[in-house]
Amino acid sequence: MRPRELLARWLSRQIPAEAQAWLDKSAAQVRSSGKDADLYLAVSLVTRKVGKADLMLTEADLRDASTSRNGWDPRQWSADQAARVMLILELESDPSRLARGLEQLCNTADVGEQAAFYRGLPLYPEQPRYVARATEGLRTNMKAVFEAIAHRNPYPSEQFPELAWNQMVLKALFVGALLWPIVGLDSRANPELARMLCDYAHERWSAGRPVSPELWRCVGLYASGTMLQDLERVLKKGTEPERAAAALALHASREPAAAALLEREPAMTKSLARGDLSWEQIVAPH
Amino acid sequence: MRFIDPHIHMSARTTDDYERMAAAGVVAVIEPAFWLGQPRTNSGSYLDYLSSLVGWERFRAAQFGIHHYCAIGLNAKEANNAALAEEVIALLPRYLLKEGVVALGEIGYDDQTPAEDKCYRAQLDMAKELDMVVMVHTPHRDKKTGTVTSMKVAEEHGLAPGRVIIDHNNEETVEDVLNRGFWAAFTLYPHTKMGNERMVEIARRYGSERIFVDSSSDWGVSDPLAVPKTAKLMLERGIKTEDVDKICYGNALAAYGQSGQMKESDWLDPAPIDQRTLFEGNSVLRGQQARVDELQQMPDRLKDVVFK
Repeated sequence: MRPRELLARWLSRQIPAEAQAWLDKSAAQVRSSGKDADLYLAVSLVTRKVGKADLMLTEADLRDASTSRNGWDPRQWSADQAARVMLILELESDPSRLARGLEQLCNTADVGEQAAFYRGLPLYPEQPRYVARATEGLRTNMKAVFEAIAHRNPYPSEQFPELAWNQMVLKALFVGALLWPIVGLDSRANPELARMLCDYAHERWSAGRPVSPELWRCVGLYASGTMLQDLERVLKKGTEPERAAAALALHASREPAAAALLEREPAMTKSLARGDLSWEQIVAPH
Repeated sequence: MRFIDPHIHMSARTTDDYERMAAAGVVAVIEPAFWLGQPRTNSGSYLDYLSSLVGWERFRAAQFGIHHYCAIGLNAKEANNAALAEEVIALLPRYLLKEGVVALGEIGYDDQTPAEDKCYRAQLDMAKELDMVVMVHTPHRDKKTGTVTSMKVAEEHGLAPGRVIIDHNNEETVEDVLNRGFWAAFTLYPHTKMGNERMVEIARRYGSERIFVDSSSDWGVSDPLAVPKTAKLMLERGIKTEDVDKICYGNALAAYGQSGQMKESDWLDPAPIDQRTLFEGNSVLRGQQARVDELQQMPDRLKDVVFK
């Protein structure tokens, strides 16, 4: 089943008959009319007609989602977001028109709409078209909008050039967004990002401010030279979550020096060997 | 006590204002679209402004535990630039039905020119068609005539008086407005000295039926605490608490609540804090009565200064 059909099916299970009738009629109108106004009026009206409840999904639904679109994770979507993205996808047979409509919608979006449009990024046709829109969205100062792009969204890891990817990860730390919900965090790690993150850690240390333990996740694989010294410092002097993070990072490194550092911490090495440590664990639950 | 400031241009205010308003018990504000103190020269500038009213400003307010609603419309001053006005009116439908848009406004007359009249009427038709509440700005010059004309034209275009708020009233206009069945809003201007005192007299004389107050604070000299301060003065002068409550809270809610976009439960029973609701400070006023006579001490922000 296509994502649009899945969204329609999930919504039909939970919204009242009246809302369903409105949504069916609006979707048909968007599909057939060719008028911009039908799209933006319907998208605006969604919160009034469909409401803002959580989208109720089962494990089977989540499996359907990732089968339909690899990496798509709608577990934190709401009904209004689902309906808005569904209405936009009514134009999917005409990718240029969809792109034009979406650009207009983004330019006049309210806060809730922005989050919805960006959550829909992995579902729009001709994916590479939306890189500039996504990076523009990340310039927001609104954390919820930032997280709509950065979290549980396969789009950035699939489409972003390295500079945009690195800026997104660094900004996540700046705005206090968690790193682990970022899709592709390990596969998109790179030496330049590792360097930027270590520089950032030094800035924070100089200011006497805490450093998120998650930061080291993107350092481990490419840690060498002074970066290993940074990890050593965290391993020796950090809080427990920080020490666990340093151990996980060193464990990921291919450098012999990293293994040597870990050997000095037998308890940590044991936990690693038992698989007791994980990146999700070291930060407080969401 | 809780307060609503149903006419305030928060985009022109600082976060210090938001902090003080929250501390004084303001739970919700309505920001009507208006001009920038100087005329815009193109509709793109208006589009970005309207987007900020439904986007960034809403988020900014939420950080301080204040619920931000807005009114969308083309103001009377800029209605006089015919080319701009035509484009802006064409843009309005993109915004009018968005979440949290409680009225079409502020619209009406400034110099009472034919261009203003044309735009006012076009927007009244739009409000009628979309079943919206209307916020009417009454002119500062030739006020009485302008106010009466505003109401006559609204009636002519089929708007129910109970769904139209006539703003910026004074002692000379209030009777006409109430007699015709419209809502009468009063703007409390600072440095007129009599601002708050006059409002006490109006409350004494006309009671609390369909009357409410706002600050209309903007980038000019104005006081974002005008509503709570007036409430305090009214209570000190012996106006009954239930009347003060209606004038400074309940009536604005009843008038703009007709839109279905503003409910008391928005702040009394807020959704749990999560990343989707965007509302980070919504528990601030829970179980805690802010007091108008005891503005809370502001936190010492110097302690929190950091280099970013």
